[in-house]
Amino acid sequence: MSAGVGVDLENLWIRFGDFVAVRDANVNIRGGDFFSFLGPSGCGKTTILRAVSGFLEPSQGNILIGGKNMKGVGPNKRPTALIFQNLALFPLMKVWENIAFSMEIKGASAGERRRRADELLEMIALEGQGDKLPSELSGGQRQRVAIARALCAEPHVLLLDEPLSALDLKLRQHMRTELREIQKRVGITFIYITHDQGEALTMSDSIAVMRAGVIDQIGDGKTIYNDPATPFAASFVGENNVFRGKVKQVSGDRVLVQSNRSGDLLARVSSANIGKMKEGDSAMIFIRPEAFQLARTGTEGDHYVSARVVNEEFEGNAFNIFMEGDGGKEIKVSLPNHGQSFDSHKGETMTLRYDVKNAVAMPAGVLATE
Amino acid sequence: MSLPFLRLSVWVYLAIFFAYLLGPLVIMSVTAFNSPSFPSATPWECLTFDWFSALFQDQRILNGIRNSLLIGAGTVVLSVLMGLAGALMLTQVWPKLRATFYTVIIAPILIPGVVLGISTLVFWDRINRMLGLGPDSFLSSGLFLTIVGQSTFIASYCMLVLVARLQRYDIALTEAALDLGASHAQAFRKVLLPFMRPAIASSAVLAFLASFENYNTTTFTFGEYPTLTIELAQKVRYGISPAISALAFLIVVLTVFAALANEAVLRRRELVMAARRQATVAELSGGGLRLPGFLSGNVAAVLLVVMAVGTIVVVGTAATYRPDQCIADVREQKRLEAEKRAEELRAKREAERKEKAGSEPAATAPAGAGGANSGSFGSVFNPGALQGGTVEEPAAKDGSNSGFGSVFDPGALQGSETEGEAPSGDGATGSGASGGFGGVFDPNLLQGSGN
Repeated sequence: MSAGVGVDLENLWIRFGDFVAVRDANVNIRGGDFFSFLGPSGCGKTTILRAVSGFLEPSQGNILIGGKNMKGVGPNKRPTALIFQNLALFPLMKVWENIAFSMEIKGASAGERRRRADELLEMIALEGQGDKLPSELSGGQRQRVAIARALCAEPHVLLLDEPLSALDLKLRQHMRTELREIQKRVGITFIYITHDQGEALTMSDSIAVMRAGVIDQIGDGKTIYNDPATPFAASFVGENNVFRGKVKQVSGDRVLVQSNRSGDLLARVSSANIGKMKEGDSAMIFIRPEAFQLARTGTEGDHYVSARVVNEEFEGNAFNIFMEGDGGKEIKVSLPNHGQSFDSHKGETMTLRYDVKNAVAMPAGVLATE
Repeated sequence: MSLPFLRLSVWVYLAIFFAYLLGPLVIMSVTAFNSPSFPSATPWECLTFDWFSALFQDQRILNGIRNSLLIGAGTVVLSVLMGLAGALMLTQVWPKLRATFYTVIIAPILIPGVVLGISTLVFWDRINRMLGLGPDSFLSSGLFLTIVGQSTFIASYCMLVLVARLQRYDIALTEAALDLGASHAQAFRKVLLPFMRPAIASSAVLAFLASFENYNTTTFTFGEYPTLTIELAQKVRYGISPAISALAFLIVVLTVFAALANEAVLRRRELVMAARRQATVAELSGGGLRLPGFLSGNVAAVLLVVMAVGTIVVVGTAATYRPDQCIADVREQKRLEAEKRAEELRAKREAERKEKAGSEPAATAPAGAGGANSGSFGSVFNPGALQGGTVEEPAAKDGSNSGFGSVFDPGALQGSETEGEAPSGDGATGSGASGGFGGVFDPNLLQGSGN
């Protein structure tokens, strides 16, 4: 199997008429990485993928695969293989013919193709299914056939366009692990497109969060989750409580924000925004539901919010508590379920304490709308 | 209005409807096997297959069939190619242009075939002259002109069929092929073309049938290559023969067989697919006598099968059966009948004369003398006419006859010939024919007169 090569996007712009689908994207993907583009639908991530695979020419900027500029190189000449959202298996060919299609193009004999297809079928755990038609397979099986077909072309870069979105939850979770395993085994670069933050976080070495054609943040899963660079990244990846307000005081990476409804809150400035916040600026603080600790009123300190319990919910792995702060401010708290007994506090006013390092502040901006 | 009555009327309606649809075909098929030389079904004379051999000995018809096949093949190739190109263009052209392009491509269907024929002729004649070619060049040959002329509108039909399939094509399949290293030509040949194959096949059949049955365009362009339809039209102008019924019967049978075979293949494929999915296990274990899948609940299919079996039987017997004897028998019988009738007439006349000798001539016409003729035009086209004597203009006039009763009745002549007497009241005997014109053209009477 071929080794993965790096993919670089340099000042990439893609326009459709007046519409800018991708705005000045700069990404360096290391060879052999599992790299994800994460963003809501219509943010331009599929456009980037199509540009990398060669189905559309960028309006501006360069795409380098393995250091080679791909300008003017057609999709059939690039060392990439794309797995389509709808898989695009050839409906009239048998499974093994589908898998070995890239070899048929090169003029390999039927015996050779069959042997290679059987190898790949074994790899994807579909031995003996080669003579079926794609329509006779289940969704997950088809998925794997599409992967095998792409891998058969021995690409240096595998591009996946939301390949799991059509599967049901259980299968999706299973395929996540499987994809990651296949990637490790073959060692080539995977570029993965998804709007599912769970998929991106679990599989990727690196994630680019995209919003409306702009890449907001690039980093590994932990960085994206714990240290978001923009309000969009903070609110799109995972759940977050947002507190808006004005910067009252800045000292190093600590900032005191006078929030609109919840009093003064101390928070940590996210790494990407250190030095960018000054007094009087409007700011946002993000505190994840699981970063709060519930305590009775009275135990006070700098880092707390008071709120009244409105509703409680058991989700299996966590208890969700919906609270209402001053001025109707909605706050969600989630307590991990580790078998503790849970006492209802419905109607009570509680103190929500948090660790300053878990409260992330940044200049105010656009949030992800669910 | 009660329910059974409604149901009955639906059945009656259906019966009338299908009689209207299929009746002509059935009658025509019957005429192909009846011996009279004018296509007729009702006075059934003899089962014969002579019309089929007459058909296959008719050089013009055979030539027409050959030309039709040749032109059909050419039209299929040209139309499917143009249709496919048009369909691909239509799905890939700039969306704003699509409606315009569609109208342009569809226009030939709406233009009368006559206009297409004339314009093809004029256009290619111009081209021919422009290129400085003579009148015997390929561009002005009937074969080329007919293929080109028919294709102008048949290509549009093909395109409609192909577009319907192409709209269901996922362009991602082509992209996938390209992505896997295929060139555009390879992607077209290995992915798009196999996907289009069923539509290409049906558009080819459609194109062939449209070409085969075309008359109004071809009539301008056929030149020295008259097609079957042209030959038939020209033949019918000089009189119709059961050989044409035989040809039509063969076409019907071939069509039915083709349809049945196609249906069987499709059903088989479906069954195979179902079996592969193991969905029919429950169905198969139903037990009991069952018709094959495509026959159960499909009356038309059952009828077609019965018809097909009937055809096979008929064709089978054709090899051994010789209708010559029967035809001779019928001829003999007709002769005998005619003789008998003449005899009766003679006897009757004798009796009348005797009666007249005794009393005044009876004013009323004796009934039953010519009773053999049932319908008013019963034997108008009876080919037996050719058997007997020649037509003679009856000169006899008799004041005692009302209307046209026996004005032209050859019986009057007969009477005069046989009796050699002045026909004073004899004309009345002929009016024994039941209809107003009952015996007017009855050739049997003529026949009698010849004896």
